[in-house]
Amino acid sequence: FRIMAGKVKWVTDIEKSVLINNFEKRGWIQVTENEDWNFYWMSVQTIRNVFSVETGYRLSDDQIVNHFPNHYELTRKDLMVKNIKRYRKELEKEGSPLAEKDENGKYIYLDFVPVTFMLPADYNLFVEEFRKNPSSTWIMKPCGKAQGKGIFLINKLSQIKKWSRDSKTSSFVSQSSKEAYVISLYINNPLLIGGKKFDLRLYVLVSTYRPLRCYMYKLGFCRFCTVKYTPSTSELDNMFVHLTNVAIQKHGDDYNHIHGGKWTVSNLRLYLESTRGKEVTNKLFDEIHWIIVQSLKAVAPVMNNDKHCFECYGYDIIIDDKLKPWLIEVNASPSLTSSTANDRILKYNLINDTLNIAVPNGEIPDCKWNKSPPKEVLGNYEVLYDEEMAQSDGPDRDLRSRSGQSTGVKGNRARDSGKPVLTTWK
Amino acid sequence: MLDPDNGLSLTIARIVQRLKGSSLHSQLERQARISLHKPEIKLESLKEDIKDFLKTSGWEKKLQNAVYSELNVFPSPCHPAAPPEHMKEPLAYMRKAQGSWEKRILKSLNSMCTELSIPLAQKRPVSEQKELLNKWNEMGTDEPDLSLFRPVYAPKDFLEVLTNLRNPNYENGEQPSFRSHLGLIQVPLKVKDIPELKEDFSELGLNIGQLGIDDSAQVPPEFFENEHVRVGQKVLAEQDSAAAQQYVRQGCPTALRADLWALILNISNQPEDILYYEQLKSNVIQHDLLVDSLIYKDVKLTASNDDYYFVFEDYLYQVLLCFSRDTSVLEHFTYSSATPPKSYIRGKLGMEEYAVFYPPNVAPLCFLYHEPSKLYQMFREMYVRFFFRLHSISSHPSGIVSLCLLFETLLQTHLPQLFYHLREIGAQPLRISFKWMVRAFSGYLATDQLLLLWDRILGYNSLEILAVLAAAVFAFRAVNLMEVTSLAAAEAVLADLSTLKVMPLLQIFLFATVT
Repeated sequence: FRIMAGKVKWVTDIEKSVLINNFEKRGWIQVTENEDWNFYWMSVQTIRNVFSVETGYRLSDDQIVNHFPNHYELTRKDLMVKNIKRYRKELEKEGSPLAEKDENGKYIYLDFVPVTFMLPADYNLFVEEFRKNPSSTWIMKPCGKAQGKGIFLINKLSQIKKWSRDSKTSSFVSQSSKEAYVISLYINNPLLIGGKKFDLRLYVLVSTYRPLRCYMYKLGFCRFCTVKYTPSTSELDNMFVHLTNVAIQKHGDDYNHIHGGKWTVSNLRLYLESTRGKEVTNKLFDEIHWIIVQSLKAVAPVMNNDKHCFECYGYDIIIDDKLKPWLIEVNASPSLTSSTANDRILKYNLINDTLNIAVPNGEIPDCKWNKSPPKEVLGNYEVLYDEEMAQSDGPDRDLRSRSGQSTGVKGNRARDSGKPVLTTWK
Repeated sequence: MLDPDNGLSLTIARIVQRLKGSSLHSQLERQARISLHKPEIKLESLKEDIKDFLKTSGWEKKLQNAVYSELNVFPSPCHPAAPPEHMKEPLAYMRKAQGSWEKRILKSLNSMCTELSIPLAQKRPVSEQKELLNKWNEMGTDEPDLSLFRPVYAPKDFLEVLTNLRNPNYENGEQPSFRSHLGLIQVPLKVKDIPELKEDFSELGLNIGQLGIDDSAQVPPEFFENEHVRVGQKVLAEQDSAAAQQYVRQGCPTALRADLWALILNISNQPEDILYYEQLKSNVIQHDLLVDSLIYKDVKLTASNDDYYFVFEDYLYQVLLCFSRDTSVLEHFTYSSATPPKSYIRGKLGMEEYAVFYPPNVAPLCFLYHEPSKLYQMFREMYVRFFFRLHSISSHPSGIVSLCLLFETLLQTHLPQLFYHLREIGAQPLRISFKWMVRAFSGYLATDQLLLLWDRILGYNSLEILAVLAAAVFAFRAVNLMEVTSLAAAEAVLADLSTLKVMPLLQIFLFATVT
């Protein structure tokens, strides 16, 4: 074992106080990327460079970074869908009960991503699907962008044709994968509270993909639109109605800087329990945990499980009015900007707890460690899924618990798979 | 002294009179008539058979609930020869004070009208009516110019009035001594001490299970929570108001709370209730009241900036605007000392009278009820049963005057050092706790804690718990408060109550403090 050789040396591309304050409070020392560093909070561009064939370099045992090299398998909208589709097909081929379908051909347990197509590659498939439901609304999202940029809604095929015409004639052509779009069935029946649409932002920390070990941050939040929701076609262009991204909402007339249009997840829980009952609320939250774990399992086989890496994802989830959760997307670099005082506190604590898990004891890391932090350091994180523990409890348990849907017990399937009790949030 | 039998028959007579002609009455009659077709109803034993039928079909229970409701709401009758004002408020000087307070508010309103050249009430032009109807569900996005509107009064003003209350028949004596009351309230009302409170609030005792304590994550639900939920479900199935009221003293499970509260307050959301709400709404559309702007401004300043309640901003406007036009609310004046005010909207608008209420606490109810007419009814019933007492001057034990006195007495008796210290540095404790009590802690506690507190208000049919909680908060922060040297610093220590757990505080203060 090593004697305390010195303080951890850190670098960051992201100049945010919630990060820097956390490094400084641990007594870590700031260095530049050209020097010897132990901990680098990278932007996604940097991680690409580090692991690229031309510009990459090997990381040494005492270096840790905050992204997996090919995180985009999960965090690019088109690849996420592709991986989930592949995962489902694989399960179906092996005859797993998880891949069971209902009489309409829909997956019972794995239908958590809205119907999605890549454009322009799957254009014809999309048109076929569109014609089945000509009154449906679809949402167009550029694969490589964030914060709601470039998103728009369509409800007529002519709008797509116009878009594809426009993009061909302008200088950026849809050849490069950066300009690829996905088009998904728009969830036009979101659960509304106070008449407003909202989505959930949940933070999930992954320390290793194989075996899968992930943690869910207990303090997620809901982001509300400032404007009343209406599915009316006249308001399809009004992004204040449809997109919950704070980056968009904060330019609205009614944006409030005190609460930032955010609710804690525990508020949501209280509201749902009071108005809908405890069982359906528990079921909803169980399903949310489920879909997060499934999405990680879907990409685990293709992820480069580099031992120098951990990652904190921002999951975006929408709940529809039947209380079904949908996975909208996963963010590799969830915003660390704080829009309100509460926000700042939350993100500061998020980074603090993340660092406590990823860099044990705040000491110079050794990437060969077993990545099994003791319970005391989890802070506001809870174990979401621990594959090693699940397997040690017996391989069959995993599958058996799946087939019983709501068993009437606090039917927490994740719990049945052997990990510590992830009960209802208090 | 009133002969007990006389008292009972007076009560019965009064309740019968109130229920006669109510919709419950006509429903019972209709049910009785329908039952005549049933084979088990025989002519020779008609009365008994109908009674049995009403019992088994659950109608007797509804009648019981209605009677129970009336008993809860109305004060016990006093001497039959007492005049009506005396029934409302037996102390003459209190009546007088409330009267002057109301006059002052109305004067303020009237002068605002003159200043801003806005009438107290006017009919809306048709185009404006249409616009409001369209916007009914999103009034929160409106941006009218409210800068010229001042709130009619602030809690501070009300506290000043209460502080100046004096009983003209009571001689305080020359020298204040260690026995005299050192607080702001100087009227000799009777308030309870801790032994009496312990008895009243016995279900909050240390050896009795509570939601808010015994349902925390560390306690296995088998110990208390599961059984408590089961009992709650049973109470709801039986639809028994009285049992519900007893049950909620130990707290409501979140999933059952909406129904339990409605059961206790006897709210059933009948078609005629929905119709009534719609009628109020159309009143709002047709007439514009000055009070509306004040309500609007208050909601904008408070709820829309609140972490928990901002989501429900639009509901608040709907409820409060309707509420300010609800003349049936004036009915509660028959048991409050506040008389219908002298300001009328002149006859031609077809509205008789309205009163100015300090915008009360709707927001927490939005966590329970999302259907507008039910939300409205719950809010109105909570207001006329409890919260109005926080805004008017009376001698009632749940009135704001008594609560203030109770708070100060508890503090002075059980934390004399703290009380004296705060008084010395110019930080009379009531100056800080008044705003909590006058809003029933809404906007100060986390929502789940607030709801646990309001469970007990309903359960004990009294607001005294607000004063006890206020004292418990001071007790909890006593160590820090002993070190402050100014009012501002004391305010700072007590500025953030959002992390407090209400039930442990109450339990410790009542049952675990050495008296």
